[in-house]
Amino acid sequence: MENSGSDAKEKNMLFKSKESYVKYADEAEVELGLGLSLGVGQYSRIVKEKEFIDDHSTKSCSSSSSSSSSGTKRGADSVSPPCSGVSSQVVGWPPIRAYRMNSLTNHAKPPISEEFSSSVEKHETGNNIEKSKKTTNEKRLVSSSLLVKVNMDGHAIGRKVDVNAHGSYEALAKTLDDMFHKPNTTMTAKRRLNSEVQGGIMGLLDGSSDFVLTYEDKDGDWMLVGDVPWEMFLNSVKRLRIMKTSGANGLGPRCQERRGSQRIQPI
Amino acid sequence: MPIKMSHSSFPEEVLEHVFSFLISDKDKNSVSLVCKSWYEIERWCRKRVFVGNCYAVNPLIMTQRFPDLRSVELKGKPHFADFNLVPDGWGGCVFPWIVSMARAYPFLEEIRLKRMVVSDEGLELISTSFKNFKVLVLAACEGFSTDGLAAIAANCRNLNVLDLRECEVEDLSGHWLSHFPDNFTSLVSLNIACLGSEVSYSALERLVTRCPNLRTLRLNRAVPLEKLPNLLRRAPQLVEFGTGAFSAEVRSDVFSTLTEAFSGCKQLKGLSGLWDVVPAYLPAISSVCPALTSLNLSYATIQSPDLVKLVSQCPNLKRLWVLDYIEDFGLQVIASSCKDLEELRVFPSDPFVAEPNVSLTEQGLVSVSEGCPKLQSVLYFCRQMTNAALVTIARNRPNFIRFRLCIIEPRAPDYVTLEPLDTGFGAIVENCKELRRLSLSGLLTDRVFESIGKHAKKLDMLSIAFAGDSDLGLHHVLSGCDSLRKLEIRDCPFGDKALLANASKLETMRSLWMSSCAVSFRACKLLGQKLPRLNVEVIDERGPPDSRPESCPVERLYIYRTIAGPRFDTPGFVWTMEDDA
Repeated sequence: MENSGSDAKEKNMLFKSKESYVKYADEAEVELGLGLSLGVGQYSRIVKEKEFIDDHSTKSCSSSSSSSSSGTKRGADSVSPPCSGVSSQVVGWPPIRAYRMNSLTNHAKPPISEEFSSSVEKHETGNNIEKSKKTTNEKRLVSSSLLVKVNMDGHAIGRKVDVNAHGSYEALAKTLDDMFHKPNTTMTAKRRLNSEVQGGIMGLLDGSSDFVLTYEDKDGDWMLVGDVPWEMFLNSVKRLRIMKTSGANGLGPRCQERRGSQRIQPI
Repeated sequence: MPIKMSHSSFPEEVLEHVFSFLISDKDKNSVSLVCKSWYEIERWCRKRVFVGNCYAVNPLIMTQRFPDLRSVELKGKPHFADFNLVPDGWGGCVFPWIVSMARAYPFLEEIRLKRMVVSDEGLELISTSFKNFKVLVLAACEGFSTDGLAAIAANCRNLNVLDLRECEVEDLSGHWLSHFPDNFTSLVSLNIACLGSEVSYSALERLVTRCPNLRTLRLNRAVPLEKLPNLLRRAPQLVEFGTGAFSAEVRSDVFSTLTEAFSGCKQLKGLSGLWDVVPAYLPAISSVCPALTSLNLSYATIQSPDLVKLVSQCPNLKRLWVLDYIEDFGLQVIASSCKDLEELRVFPSDPFVAEPNVSLTEQGLVSVSEGCPKLQSVLYFCRQMTNAALVTIARNRPNFIRFRLCIIEPRAPDYVTLEPLDTGFGAIVENCKELRRLSLSGLLTDRVFESIGKHAKKLDMLSIAFAGDSDLGLHHVLSGCDSLRKLEIRDCPFGDKALLANASKLETMRSLWMSSCAVSFRACKLLGQKLPRLNVEVIDERGPPDSRPESCPVERLYIYRTIAGPRFDTPGFVWTMEDDA
């Protein structure tokens, strides 16, 4: 994915160099154009560097060329992490109204809480909408959710879950159970009375299930979920994986002996 | 007004009568230009005015020219304010307008505002100044609280419409609704969907019961599903209905009451709301689906197959707003079942991640363009596009009027050929000769602007982001698009040259917005000097632009034509360029 991105950018540069600019492009424009091809955010950086330069045009040209070459490195960096997505760093992009954003953010909460809410919870939902509205009043839209990818062994399509929307490991496990227990149903809560639920992937945390819940932390290591305090987990989780216990490489269910945090072979 | 003979052989009364048949503002404006006496007659009988940019005129000019208005519509902030590109406090305050109108138009009936800052004080003034006030529509407005709404409810005895569309309201409590007096029965349309707090259900029920002409009711998310049957039973004449959160514990008694209530609504044509949908409750609305012409599922978190099943039950849809959970497959189903579809909007469910979470691609748009012959208005968020797809879409649907495509990753090329999407968008403007609105995205060079300048002769509004190579691109647009009135640009390498070369074009447009582009302060000053009928606003949060070199690009630039001169309410980060050198 990253490779095709940088290839495209290279191709784009070649493509543009064949264009003839004649009337309206002077050197400064061409350099700005090249700078632009290197990736989102490059342009605004070039502009900022120009701010502090003398107003002599040749000087601006040379500074923009130096920033475009340093921009090459930034371009590469911004392309590499697939999860962050370049678009999330840009203000007001994708162009979605703040009002709609609020609804999306609230949607990231596990639907199960909506289904069984009493009127008290409904009122809290109202307050949450208010809080999110205040958040989006800031100029840079900052999502208050922490969406991480979740993959489950045997399921081709991964999902995403908002870990910030949960208060505990138990809540998270419950959500994941809902998400993956019946792969063909929609992402909403199911009837609690359904006895099938009992035998599903419930018990992710206590080892009674056929699956274990693991996560990739900031250092790229795969760990068993549940070892560290919840807040610490929130700070380091990058993505989740629900593994068949057979794949947990000899570590076995968590209820068996453990020495500090356990590491699993990376997949 | 005395009857007198004008220079033509018709007495004024006759002319006035003739003018009363004119509907469009454009025609009325034209009539005003014929001669002085026609101008005079027309201005006295004009009842409704639309001001597309509140700073293009001022309240005094309006009240002096039109002494007897009944309906005023104002728009404030530029469109890109929707995406947080306009800093808070920029302007668009409606209070001075309300003060003037309160003085000049005691019989005013309708106020419609978009992207304006409205205060509680303003709402209170509205509620007490106009005895026959009927319609208040606030779209994307902010600055007021539920206290202001309480004043409207309490004082506007003849209110027909209270429509809050996607406003940012300081929600102090839901109690405001209870301020509608017991003898208040004139409500026709109520839209409170954007409010957070719970309103009193019993107050709402009583209100709905005593307003027999209620046609539109859009509830907020806080109204639970269990409350819907009571409301619907009291208003079976509803034409448009927006639910609250469409979720509850699944119970057959709730389900059957809900089903029965919906089936009683024989006039229902539009449905919206539907937050937090529990699919088990969807069949409750089956009875109204065949009659629906408008369906807004853009907050509904339902996915396939429930989503597809739902839309396939609505063959008469003209307007569909939906999340990308609809996927290519769902759009294919729509293409085969919704032959009357005129407007489609597909919003992203997870816009901040580069990788797709759903299977929605360019193919979905191709399908609907093939299958829906009346499709004329599209807003489509997706993650990949090809020139070939766009060309196909353009050839299928030359009747597009609005085409807004948002490829989520900025500067994304054709994902198959890795080329820019110039050819694709070029095909759109070439084939769709009636195109009035266009939003571009993806990797684009100056070539696409050449096509736009050459072909998009009816284009009224153009939105550009992360596109183009040089000033040549902007030049093509400014010199070629004869009908262009609104141009908004962000993060493009367009600078001084194109603007200065096409400066006079700017006076034929309503407004130009440019942010994170390459327009220097020097060029802004020059434009301000040379074109006195424009306000050239530099919006820059880095401090005064003259504290930096003149060649420095400004952060944001907003240029609009005006007969009111520079505005007096600019905040500290906005500088209006002076007219005189």
